[in-house]
Amino acid sequence: MTISADHTAHPDTTGQAPAEDALSEAAKKFGITAEDYMLPARHQIEMVDPDGRLKPEGEQGTEPGHEYPLPGDEELLAAYEQLVVGRRVNDQNSALVRQGRMAVYPSSHGQEACQVAAALCLSQGDWMFPTYRDAVAVMTRGVDPVQVMTIFRGDWHGGFDPLQHKVGIQCTPLTTQLLHAVGVAHAAKLRGEDTVVLAMCGDGATSEGDFHEALNFAAVFHLPVIFFVQNNKYAISVPLAHQSVAPSLAHKAVGYGMAGERVDGNDVVALLAVLDRAVKLAREGSGPLLVEANTYRMQAHTNADDDTRYRQNSEVAEWRAKDPVNRMRTYLTDRGLLDDDGEARIREKAEAVATQLRDGLSEDVPVEPQELFRHVFEKTTPQLKEQSALLADELARDAAASQNPASQEAAK
Amino acid sequence: MSPTITTSSEANGNVSAATARAAASAAATAEATGPQPVTMAKALNTALADAMHADPSVLVFGEDVGQLGGVFRITDGLTATFGEQRCFDTPLAESGIVGMAVGMAINGMRPVIEMQFDAFAYPAFEQIVSHVAKMHNRTKGAVKLPMVIRVPYGGGIGGVEHHCDSSESYYAHTAGLKVFTPATVADGYRMLREAIDSDDPVMFMEPKKLYWSKDQVDLAELRNAHSAAASAGQSSEGRAAVARPGTDATLIAYGPSVPTALAAAEAAALEGRSLEVIDVRTLVPFDDATVSESVRKTGRAVVIAEAHGFASVSSEIVARVQERCFHHLAAPIRRVTGFDIPYPAPKLEKYYLPGVDRILDAVDDLQWEN
Repeated sequence: MTISADHTAHPDTTGQAPAEDALSEAAKKFGITAEDYMLPARHQIEMVDPDGRLKPEGEQGTEPGHEYPLPGDEELLAAYEQLVVGRRVNDQNSALVRQGRMAVYPSSHGQEACQVAAALCLSQGDWMFPTYRDAVAVMTRGVDPVQVMTIFRGDWHGGFDPLQHKVGIQCTPLTTQLLHAVGVAHAAKLRGEDTVVLAMCGDGATSEGDFHEALNFAAVFHLPVIFFVQNNKYAISVPLAHQSVAPSLAHKAVGYGMAGERVDGNDVVALLAVLDRAVKLAREGSGPLLVEANTYRMQAHTNADDDTRYRQNSEVAEWRAKDPVNRMRTYLTDRGLLDDDGEARIREKAEAVATQLRDGLSEDVPVEPQELFRHVFEKTTPQLKEQSALLADELARDAAASQNPASQEAAK
Repeated sequence: MSPTITTSSEANGNVSAATARAAASAAATAEATGPQPVTMAKALNTALADAMHADPSVLVFGEDVGQLGGVFRITDGLTATFGEQRCFDTPLAESGIVGMAVGMAINGMRPVIEMQFDAFAYPAFEQIVSHVAKMHNRTKGAVKLPMVIRVPYGGGIGGVEHHCDSSESYYAHTAGLKVFTPATVADGYRMLREAIDSDDPVMFMEPKKLYWSKDQVDLAELRNAHSAAASAGQSSEGRAAVARPGTDATLIAYGPSVPTALAAAEAAALEGRSLEVIDVRTLVPFDDATVSESVRKTGRAVVIAEAHGFASVSSEIVARVQERCFHHLAAPIRRVTGFDIPYPAPKLEKYYLPGVDRILDAVDDLQWEN
């Protein structure tokens, strides 16, 4: 099989290599054919098994051109700490929803390895575009936990400054944010900056039109975007089999002329290995890449969902045995990198974040009604000024009435 | 690098060389003095070139806007002048074009993107409504989206299906978007420059039947006037224009309907009736003051628009004028709009479009006393 594209419509007049040659270059770099470069390895990349044991090199799923060195100890310890914090954040937030402190929380319980690796693989100047389920990834990137949760607290639709943290708003309309990632990468490239952008979505989202448009735009403009698909097996209630019959979601990459890879999404070691390499390749000019992480949504879609209507407890139990946090604890303990003191210190840190969330979300945050009009435009309109005055007048009359019960009585 | 941008001589990410060349080009056109016949297409094209010259973060992209210069030639010559990094073709996907522009605006660019035709912009509707319109509000102004979405719209060109929609009401109804629509050649230049300068996203609705209309204008003078106004922080955003003064009734129109309203006023004058014509110019923000002032003066009004009348910009205008001018009205406000039917085939569009006779009939119906 030979894979090529006809780009003759735009004759190359400057002697620079078109995208097709960039793929050949990449293939040459790894001593494999262009199609072997673009197609994912035959098996997913996995390094530490569910029991926390390092798999023998020959069984990690690697192939020529799909080789992944083991991440360093320091990186793995940092990742473990974030895994523990992330798990605590997920469970604390779910508890806050049950207590009525938050309207809703789409938990990434069980997907923490994906969340942590997505943030840790990036440098400070890079960008991340998360979905509504990626709060832990956003916090791992360094955004204040209470600011991240503001979106679910109910006083505004967002709580952090995307430009300050280089993290897009947590996006609910599926895959629309992938195109924003493409635009950020394109602008950076035009200015000659080496920014890499990580764009996140789930398995169900790969059915959306913007998924296709984003991958195609990124490939055609040869942009440093990593499309990171957390395949957690369900889009609310609909299983992956109803979304796609592709050999894997990573196989979709070849259709756009980019490289794809599959990775065990509950193995943070493999995730870091695959994503670190993807970031490095993208920064060096490989163009976009697609990484599919094979994981599982351990809890219902949100508190409003009832997952017993569409999946068996036995299936959930099977995945509980593959838990990303326990696996990493065993691995690091067996390697002698983690002892009881280290574990206690990390737990303490996780507890501190949980306390921060409880305190921050238990506060009754005063809302400012005039803020409704303040941010619609950079330069407001006469119509909004009128509506703002109308609301101010209503509030003033309410306040006057409540200060003067006699007039309240008279009004009746 | 992709074939589209690597053929540019500025492929190294440095846009300043292209900008320098563009400066020379702009200087050349600036020499023309005195009013000359100019089409709206040329005015829009010059506005794009001048904006790209003034600010290297202004980028133009869309379908066929590069080498071809756009199907209406509005982007003609921009790729040659500014290089393929500043004006380029994208894959054929409207949501992709708008979504990528959002990301570019987040990251410091000022994209000016083209939707090829009104009805081809609908795949981008989600990006426009869910992100372009909401990003500033959602981030409390931390993220500004200074982008312009150009949409050739409206009928009157004998276009086949999906090429003649009046889609302005969808955008005007969406909180967070500004909606501009020029009706004159000079406004084509002035308003597009202002839209590009705006830190708010602007839907720029271009009446495609007016692309080839000509006025006597001095582009160099318009350019200088824009520079002076911009440095003084002035903009004509939100200001309607009195396109023709009159005393007996007010015709309120915008975009493609303004020349029709002017023709109706001319015909009415022959019958001894003096009609004032208001060109709304910016649908959002709407100039209540200018419109109300005119109607209070004349006491009668007809709103004219090509779009379907039901739940439209024209219905909004009627409601606003009625609320503000009730005691000055001698007759109910009338509307002359497109019928509530899908845009008709070319041989039938003359029955659909608001014309001079239908406008004059509506004027006759305004309960005149004698």
